[in-house]
Amino acid sequence: MKFWISLFATALLSFVAGIYLPWWSIGIVAFLIAVVMPLRPWKNFIAGFLGVFLLWIGLTMWIDQANGGILTARMAIVLPVGGNVIYLHLLTALVGGLVGGLAALSGCYVRAVFSPEKN
Amino acid sequence: MKYVRSGLSTLVLVVLVYFLDHPIGALPPLGQLLSPQHGFWQNAESKDHSYSEELTLPGLKGPVQVSFDDRLVPHVFAENDEDLYYVQGYLHAKFRLFQIDLQTRAAEGRASEFAGDKALRFDREQRRLGMRFAAENALNEIEKDPLSKQVFDAYTKGVNAYIDGLTQAELPLEYKLLGVKPDRWSNIRSALLLKMMARNLSSGTEIDLSLTNAKSVFLPDELSLLYPQVHDSLMPIVPKGTAFAEPGITPVRPITADSVFFGKSSKEPVLAEEKERPDPNNGSNNWVVAGSKTQSGAPILCNDPHLELSLPSIWYEMQLHGPNSNTYGVSLPGSPFVIIGFNDSIAWGVTNAQRDVKDYYRVRFRDESKSEYWFDGQWRKSKLRIEAIQVKGKPTFFDTVAYTLMGPVMFDASFGDSLSKGENLAVRWTGHDPSNEGLTFYQLNRAKNYDDYESAIRTFMCPGQNFVFASKSGDIAIWQQGKFPARWPDQGLYVMPGEDSTFFWQGYIPQTENPHAKNPERGFLESANQRAVDGTYPYFIPGRYITPRGITIENTLASMQQVTVQDMMDLHQNYFNTLAEDVRPMLLKYVNRNALNATERRYLEMFEQWDLMADPDSKGQTIYECWFDTLQAAIWRDDLEQVKPSAPWPEEQTTLEWLMRDSTDLKFIDNRLTPQRETLEELVTTTLQITTKVLSEYERQGRLSWSPFKESSVNHLLRDALPSFARKKLRVGGNGNIVNAITKSHGPSWRMLIHLTGETEAYGIYPGGQNGNPGSRFYDDYVDTWVSGKYNRLWLMKPEEFNKASWTVQIKPL
Repeated sequence: MKFWISLFATALLSFVAGIYLPWWSIGIVAFLIAVVMPLRPWKNFIAGFLGVFLLWIGLTMWIDQANGGILTARMAIVLPVGGNVIYLHLLTALVGGLVGGLAALSGCYVRAVFSPEKN
Repeated sequence: MKYVRSGLSTLVLVVLVYFLDHPIGALPPLGQLLSPQHGFWQNAESKDHSYSEELTLPGLKGPVQVSFDDRLVPHVFAENDEDLYYVQGYLHAKFRLFQIDLQTRAAEGRASEFAGDKALRFDREQRRLGMRFAAENALNEIEKDPLSKQVFDAYTKGVNAYIDGLTQAELPLEYKLLGVKPDRWSNIRSALLLKMMARNLSSGTEIDLSLTNAKSVFLPDELSLLYPQVHDSLMPIVPKGTAFAEPGITPVRPITADSVFFGKSSKEPVLAEEKERPDPNNGSNNWVVAGSKTQSGAPILCNDPHLELSLPSIWYEMQLHGPNSNTYGVSLPGSPFVIIGFNDSIAWGVTNAQRDVKDYYRVRFRDESKSEYWFDGQWRKSKLRIEAIQVKGKPTFFDTVAYTLMGPVMFDASFGDSLSKGENLAVRWTGHDPSNEGLTFYQLNRAKNYDDYESAIRTFMCPGQNFVFASKSGDIAIWQQGKFPARWPDQGLYVMPGEDSTFFWQGYIPQTENPHAKNPERGFLESANQRAVDGTYPYFIPGRYITPRGITIENTLASMQQVTVQDMMDLHQNYFNTLAEDVRPMLLKYVNRNALNATERRYLEMFEQWDLMADPDSKGQTIYECWFDTLQAAIWRDDLEQVKPSAPWPEEQTTLEWLMRDSTDLKFIDNRLTPQRETLEELVTTTLQITTKVLSEYERQGRLSWSPFKESSVNHLLRDALPSFARKKLRVGGNGNIVNAITKSHGPSWRMLIHLTGETEAYGIYPGGQNGNPGSRFYDDYVDTWVSGKYNRLWLMKPEEFNKASWTVQIKPL
């Protein structure tokens, strides 16, 4: 349950932070959520990763749909995905997920430093 | 352990975020670029995006309404001129920010800020040509005139109002890809933009450096054969037979001119070369037909400026409605006003004059400091200007340019060819002189009749333009307007001595003596970059003129009566190859059919049966271009290669007229590099054989037709860096010498047709779209219409039609 809560919290709060803060605010959000809700490190990583990954791929698919694929067709040639639009979505989500996952993992480890008696 | 793993994991995170937030080599900051809430995804505009909004902007005086039609053309209604141009600036920034930022940086010699040191040579050339110096002089002139200053200030405020309100997410896509930020606007940047146009249109219309080299090898009579001043077949802008007034100024030829140009010591070539030559295809057509010749009885005015085709387009369409003006047409993003268009009373258009307004002088410095130069028998102080060029990812580059009485010393030991052993060349260009071209457009936008038009264009100095005009009251006119030096014969064809003031320009052709015509009996006027006047004009006017299009247009218009709008649209799209009409019989006369094999004969038959149209499917046009090009190379290459570093190629028209006139003079026909003596018959035949060999390969690939052979494109401003932002392999015919002048990357950048009936009937099209954002459906939505030769109907919106607008923006002052 805590896993799912932190996953959804990461997605939701990352979205809100993204409205006001630079793109790397996803890292701060995932980090803080892991500090507040520590799980096993690998679970934190996956919650952080999936939280951002799912948010980003959801957003890109929604944007792409509304745009009628005009820009992704052009960008899939500019970026190294060989013209494949699906890879463009995956590359985007992967980059976001990696930052979210690593941030959550770091949050979890840092929390462990300051609360030695738990776990 | 805990410390190690938390430290390690946090470190990895920070490093990852750092690299995703910074550019790595040529790669943009990937995290920023890919983030759906900040990066390129934010530029993917929803297909049903609403452009309607309510804005409050600082510095505005009153309310302004912008009504967008369904093509995203803004119709701006303001209560005063300042607000009108403020909002024009705002809209230019909103839809074309990257374009105006890039173009004016490039104009100033700041491309390296975006592109790194690969643009350094370009930047140095811009600065050494004195682009910033030219813009500063123009700005002084603008700011001297209170009205102009007000307008330019308001425009600048509008651009900056948009830039200041930008968020990272709203940043145009190109900034995100390059990892750079926009620079705020200022009046000098508008001046720079107009100087960029001046450079593109008047800086490449001389060939002084390579012509100087040509005279190191060729004799004066050979030079006039290779590079004639007036073509036999010229149909000038001012109708033939028009009498010219006695010249108001007669420049005096220095007694030393002959020995300086053609004497023994004059055979030294110049090694400096301008690398960024403006494209000679920067030509245009315009014409106007009087009511006496149209079916409706009202004049029809047409214009199609040929420039490099780009996405976003150089043009932005709009209507500007102010307290004393109601103008529609295309504007140049980066500058206020409508540049080509019409209002309630008149219509106007422009083509390039192609006149030579730029000369070079050889300068002798006292020493390497360049601080003194020899002039009229004494050492004179030069002004040293230090140019600081910021280079992306590299330290700032400093360049010292010496300014003399003749102008900036563009080429010296520190710049130009490494072989150029301290050869100093100063450049004298009318673009450097103080002028206020914007004022012409301000007044044209408001002109009501011929007199207003005539007084509006008087202050226009550089680039020389052919302003065509028509009014609802029935007048038609054309003026070749600009500041043109009054030259003695040969002056400025070659590099001149800079030690002697007698070689200076002695004055300018009086404005009233500029070539012009009004309401001619024949009922039409046209210009297509040809020489404006025949040989009876009392001034020496060198330039890079283009003859054939004018012939087609003049012949077509002369043969027409009861002209309709459709006729004029057809003339815009005209594919007739005037030059080939004369070249073909010459080729057919000399080709030796007995020497040809079956394939060669098949190609010859295709060429023989060709209808002389350069349409997209034409195979004859492809064969013609290849054959005639190969023949010209066979005739001239061996002769021109004697000239180091290079000589200009004779124009196609020149080659043709020479061959038609005198095919017995074999001197240039013979290949100097072979022992035997070639004949024209041999050259014509072997070049057909070569052409067949080359084109057979194209034919195998299905590319023998003109359009797939030529492969015309409209590229993004960043060209090869963003191929998927371009529109390539367009199904269009035409070529530089054809009225529909589409080459590989140049062509009619705006086709406009104005029928000056009671309720103006106007059409226009450019190969682009109103929105510069590659993620918008309005980025390139006009391209297909343009390719198919169709037009958009231009809507001069009235206030009672506001409810028919697709989107409305209400702007209030803060």
